[in-house]
Amino acid sequence: MANLIKNRRPAADPWQLLEPAADGGQPVIPPHGDIIVPLVTWLEQRDTLLSRSGRLGVWLDSDEEPALLGDDLRLFGVVAVNFSQFTDGRGYSIARLLRERYGWRGELRAIGDVQRDQLFYLARCGFDAFALREGEDLQSALSAFGDFSEAYQASVERAQPLFRRRILASSDGMEWS
Amino acid sequence: MYVYDEIDQRIVEQRVTQFRDQTRRFLAGVLSEDDFRPLRLQNGLYIQRYAPMLRVAIPYGLLSSRQLRALAHIARTWDKDYGHFSTRQNIQFNWPRLEDVPDILAHLATVQMHAIQTSGNCIRNTTTDHFAGTAPDEIVDPLVWCELIRQWSTCHPEFAYLPRKFKIAVSGAEHDRAAVQVHDIGLQARRDEKGEIGFRVLAGGGLGRTPIIGAVIREFLPWQHLLTYLDAILRVYNRYGRRDNKYRARIKILVKELTPEVFRRKVEEEWIHLKDGPATLIPEEIQRIERRFIRPQYRKLDLPEAGYTLALVRDNGFANWVRRNVHPHKVAGYAAVTLSLKKTGVAPGDASAAQMDAVADLADRYSFGELRVSHEQNLILSDVRQNDLLALWQEAKALGLATPNIGLITNIIACPGGDFCSLANAKSIPVAEAIQRRFDDLDYQHDIGELDLNISGCMNSCGHHHIGHIGILGVDKQGQEYYQISIGGAQGNEASLGKVLGPSVSQAEVPDVIEKLIELYLARRDSEAERFIDVVRRIGVEPFKECVYGKSHQEPAPRSRSLAAA
Ligand code: SF4
Repeated sequence: MANLIKNRRPAADPWQLLEPAADGGQPVIPPHGDIIVPLVTWLEQRDTLLSRSGRLGVWLDSDEEPALLGDDLRLFGVVAVNFSQFTDGRGYSIARLLRERYGWRGELRAIGDVQRDQLFYLARCGFDAFALREGEDLQSALSAFGDFSEAYQASVERAQPLFRRRILASSDGMEWS
Repeated sequence: MYVYDEIDQRIVEQRVTQFRDQTRRFLAGVLSEDDFRPLRLQNGLYIQRYAPMLRVAIPYGLLSSRQLRALAHIARTWDKDYGHFSTRQNIQFNWPRLEDVPDILAHLATVQMHAIQTSGNCIRNTTTDHFAGTAPDEIVDPLVWCELIRQWSTCHPEFAYLPRKFKIAVSGAEHDRAAVQVHDIGLQARRDEKGEIGFRVLAGGGLGRTPIIGAVIREFLPWQHLLTYLDAILRVYNRYGRRDNKYRARIKILVKELTPEVFRRKVEEEWIHLKDGPATLIPEEIQRIERRFIRPQYRKLDLPEAGYTLALVRDNGFANWVRRNVHPHKVAGYAAVTLSLKKTGVAPGDASAAQMDAVADLADRYSFGELRVSHEQNLILSDVRQNDLLALWQEAKALGLATPNIGLITNIIACPGGDFCSLANAKSIPVAEAIQRRFDDLDYQHDIGELDLNISGCMNSCGHHHIGHIGILGVDKQGQEYYQISIGGAQGNEASLGKVLGPSVSQAEVPDVIEKLIELYLARRDSEAERFIDVVRRIGVEPFKECVYGKSHQEPAPRSRSLAAA
């Protein structure tokens, strides 16, 4: 089973990720347990999903629209964004939208082609959980969060860009790092 | 020159450490080639025809003598004693070893340089006017804004994996010398009635396979909103730009497919949420960056000395050089000087380590220790006293850097082409040389007058052939290297895209074709003041076509592809 990092620590994963069937149809929904379902499954089988026991999560593909989740967000225990390949950067924008525009505060998980060298940026865009792809070295991945100690831009991790933090630091003498 | 503070320095150093570890993992077989590729590209490292190629950023073309010496040191230590200045104000080293690249980057960091995002599908080095800060026609000095954009784009967490590369150009002068109309984003700095700075924002311009002139998506963006607006554009592009086809993935295709109006609306809808947010710029930050720039301390200078004026009259060579390679300056008594890297027989844009060291010395002695790299692949000493011009000319001549051809036909802009680049259809360096030899006679060159000639080895258009008055493009004709010639392109305020003249020709035929074009131009111009491009615009492409292919040329109009001009 793939390694999960949560809040920068290795974590156990209680969630079962459901994927569309091989023919593209809806996945079979197990009666119990915590599941993360594709966005379409959620949109089409909302009532079934709400009536079962176990917690519910949803995952989006990189071309899917997070706005579709709307007020439903409060129903989920986790929201995941899939990287079908790590060079597809749409998920970074989706994460920021979920965090900064749609107010998602729960677990935001990167799934799919997730590897060490993406973690630093992913975290800055708001992901706090990472289901590493098969074969990634966990220790090396954990060190990725320390690749840089500063960044110029505003981000989910630090809402204030460096240039504003610099000024705060110089006016009240506080450390900005 | 912008001087790093402790944090700027730390970010660059940590980037080196990160890349050193990535390289180590690649060499140890932990990272696959596919996984390593985007990482090395984002540090400027290509795998080229013969060896890796390392592209080092020269942010907005500004370079100190100390940095140039470091580049010379790199050329000498890790490469074959030379470097190639590209059309994007970068320098490329063609022969480093992959294992050495972390050390090269570490050396660059010691002089506040890097190769961050000089390649890959991310925000690239921001380019600007090579006379930024010195041009008499400047409305807004773009350098501070360029540095702000450099910091904003460096390791931007959201935009490291865009559909395709992304290039931003900034111009602050009346005359656009930064080609803002053919960039993914072009920013024209200007002032409103109250004197407040803002930007005219263009998006979706570009060359390559589908050359398009950028669309204006905002007439005046007040400076405070620069970064949030860039974020909005980039986010729309990141989310909706095409990823299914590499050749349709640039932002210009998105803007074209959506139409500029719809694209603009999407950007504005996104921007509403970001506007006035934390990334909104504040005056303190603009001042802070400005204070970190070391600016030349100009002196109040007297009128040119008699010696200078006399030399202009007496020495034709000097006068020619002043006419072509010396440019006006906003401060009385000073001038900007182009050191030509376009001597016949030298690949356009190439400079040896010895030349780099020598130019660094010239910069120290004549130009406040600072220089510029132009997108025309030349070096510029931007703040030279007029009274020093004669002495500088003599020294530059001895170094082979005083060819008086700026703006003339032999100041050819050329990509490295098939001699180095693995994407090339055809070579560009020998073609450039053949043309330079054909037009070697200086009087003839001066008689022909202003002419931009650009050569690209393939459709990627690194030589910007679309905006050359004459553009030459390497094409592959059944496995043979052929050249498609276009005329009527232009850069600057009146940017236009060249039109293809006719069927492509062999390498040997290129100089003949160019000569025919020039002869027709000379015959048809109404005065010496009418430039080649003016004549093409006045009489159209047809007469040029006829003079090259003959009247009998009955082939169906050779429209291999149409040039989009939106
Ligand atoms: S235009 Fe083509 S051949 Fe020339 S450098 Fe660019 S990719 Fe290489």
